[in-house]
Amino acid sequence: MDKMPKWADVALIPFLNLLIAFVLSGLVIFAIGENPFKALMTMIDGAFGSTYGWGYTLYYTTNFIFTGLAVSIAFKAAMFNIGGEGQAMIGGLGVGIACLFIPTVLMPHWTIALVFAMIAGAIFGAGWALIPAYLQAKRGSHVVITTIMFNFIATALMGYLLIGPLKLKGAQESASASFPDVTNLPTLHELLAPLGISFSKSAPANVSLFIALAMCVVVYLLMNRSRLGYEIRAFGESPTASVYAGISPTKIIIVAMMLSGAISGLMAVNATMGQHERLILNAVEGAGFIGIAVALMGRNHPFGVLLAALLFGFLYQGGSELSLWSKIPRELIIVIQGLVILFTGALDNMVRMPVERMFIAAAKRKDA
Amino acid sequence: MDFLTIIQIADSGLRLATPLLFACLAGLFSERAGIFDIGLEGKILVSAFMSAAVAAVTGSVWLGLLCGVFASISFSAVHGIASITFRGNQLISGVALNFLASGITVLAAQAWFSQGGRTPPLMGEGRFMPIELPFALGRSDAEAAGVPLRVLIDQANPIQQVYSEFISGHTILVYVALLMVPLSWFVLFRTRFGLRLRAVGENPAAVDTAGVSVIKLRYASMAIAGTLCGLSGVYLATGLGAGFIKEMSAGRGYIALAALIFAKWKPVPALGATFLFGLLEAIANRYQNIDLGGFVIPVQFMQALPYILTVVILAGFVGSAIAPKAGGQPYVKER
Repeated sequence: MDKMPKWADVALIPFLNLLIAFVLSGLVIFAIGENPFKALMTMIDGAFGSTYGWGYTLYYTTNFIFTGLAVSIAFKAAMFNIGGEGQAMIGGLGVGIACLFIPTVLMPHWTIALVFAMIAGAIFGAGWALIPAYLQAKRGSHVVITTIMFNFIATALMGYLLIGPLKLKGAQESASASFPDVTNLPTLHELLAPLGISFSKSAPANVSLFIALAMCVVVYLLMNRSRLGYEIRAFGESPTASVYAGISPTKIIIVAMMLSGAISGLMAVNATMGQHERLILNAVEGAGFIGIAVALMGRNHPFGVLLAALLFGFLYQGGSELSLWSKIPRELIIVIQGLVILFTGALDNMVRMPVERMFIAAAKRKDA
Repeated sequence: MDFLTIIQIADSGLRLATPLLFACLAGLFSERAGIFDIGLEGKILVSAFMSAAVAAVTGSVWLGLLCGVFASISFSAVHGIASITFRGNQLISGVALNFLASGITVLAAQAWFSQGGRTPPLMGEGRFMPIELPFALGRSDAEAAGVPLRVLIDQANPIQQVYSEFISGHTILVYVALLMVPLSWFVLFRTRFGLRLRAVGENPAAVDTAGVSVIKLRYASMAIAGTLCGLSGVYLATGLGAGFIKEMSAGRGYIALAALIFAKWKPVPALGATFLFGLLEAIANRYQNIDLGGFVIPVQFMQALPYILTVVILAGFVGSAIAPKAGGQPYVKER
């Protein structure tokens, strides 16, 4: 045997990577003079201790499922899409334009508004990914650099629109007018009340959660059961071999990046349409970047992404509660996020190499 | 717009270009050796924080500089371990370090100073002061003449205006940054070390065959990049500003990367590119919206311009930008 068993690859190594990241996070909390175990309990209580906490945890989870899936599709095609943040912002613009400017006559019910918003968000998000994708495919300019640039350009564009043309006249804040009531999505409270389950009224989790879950299934089927998914994966594994198989690199790069952008854009259905109900400056709140950590942790598998998104939803909500009840600032989440990306992404081999050697040595001993 | 205004904008452009120039040269050394470094942003941030924190506590800006550079080098070392020794993905490592820096600086600032994620303002010896070059109009001249310095410069001849306003009166790090340009050029293009460093970024196997250690060269490039990036952060917190503020790097690491592409991975054009981006920032700071005879350029457009220009360059519409060939690929000795 010259390989590790599959379970070690799929479960053991990610677990060890995460363990290191969390132990180090604990040490950071300890170093700033707080008790890591107490902090963890506060976070768990804040995220899962009430339906209010659950409502926020699931709201963040929904965001991260979208952005995590987006990054993972690009990863499958060997593209590193750091532009999820900008694509989600511009997706939000699409959702906002749909909600603000499509006459309410055409949208008699929230379900129809949702369909319009999803189409607009996906098209705008995909459009924002198109130029970096085209430049990578046709000009060979590195998609990482161009998507970073497009994040900044998106920020500037949104800043301009929300101070200028789209700003609500006479308002102090840089924000658009509120969306019409008919576009407001039902929250978990409204969805669960008819079933006799009481859920916090003020929590933002809404029907988008189910869209995100459905999206996990769609992405799984697309990547593993369709011709396009096969082509994307083949291209990602070996671009040169896939060319011999008749797969067009230009097509795969552009399609994979646009799918990625479209799913990032769909995040706005949850944040912009479901929660803020108008266009604001920072609706994405870094979720696009967290998508990178989520995709890495979830090993680019939709089910893994779902679990990782839930973990980060917990960290996000728990972290906010922690900053309310202790002296630990909210930025702790960013530290944890950085450590998770570092150990599950960049330093993966640090754990993988010795573990692999151990398994091989053990197998040899058994043979002898 | 009169002559003096232009000089003043250029002066402020030079100040704003300095952190970009240090970071851009840092990226230059790193990428020329075949290592992508999108962690410039994070290194600027940790260095800015450490230098300001140490300068605030000890009152010595030089100790601050030392610690700031050390912090940046340690981040570089992690990047090196991840991308050279463990052959991890260099882009992912850079992204991770940026997040780590952005979070840990606020956490530490809050734990040490409890001022909402900033350090106490630096005063006196705690920050770098402007240097008045000989024959330049400065504060002492103004006191001797009994008029404010602004008036004195306004009355001076154009050459004296350029000299006093633009060339003189910067902190030492600005001059160090300018000096780094010819120095980097010399090291990269006129020394054996530089030749090998560039070769490692193009074809590491050839360097290895010649009996030179790829690993050592790449770690050396990481150390240089860490030092330069550290100086960028130090200047930001103790020269340009007076203390650390949360997220004060504000995307400068990414603008430096943009400048690096703009300069096509060469030191002297790097000066031009960073100065251009510095000027854009200075103009955006000075004028909110620019009115060109009825057509108004919004300030957001000026802020986005460095990024837009870089995309245009990358698209190959204005000359082609060809990166070092082996960039981003870990080197595996035997197959």
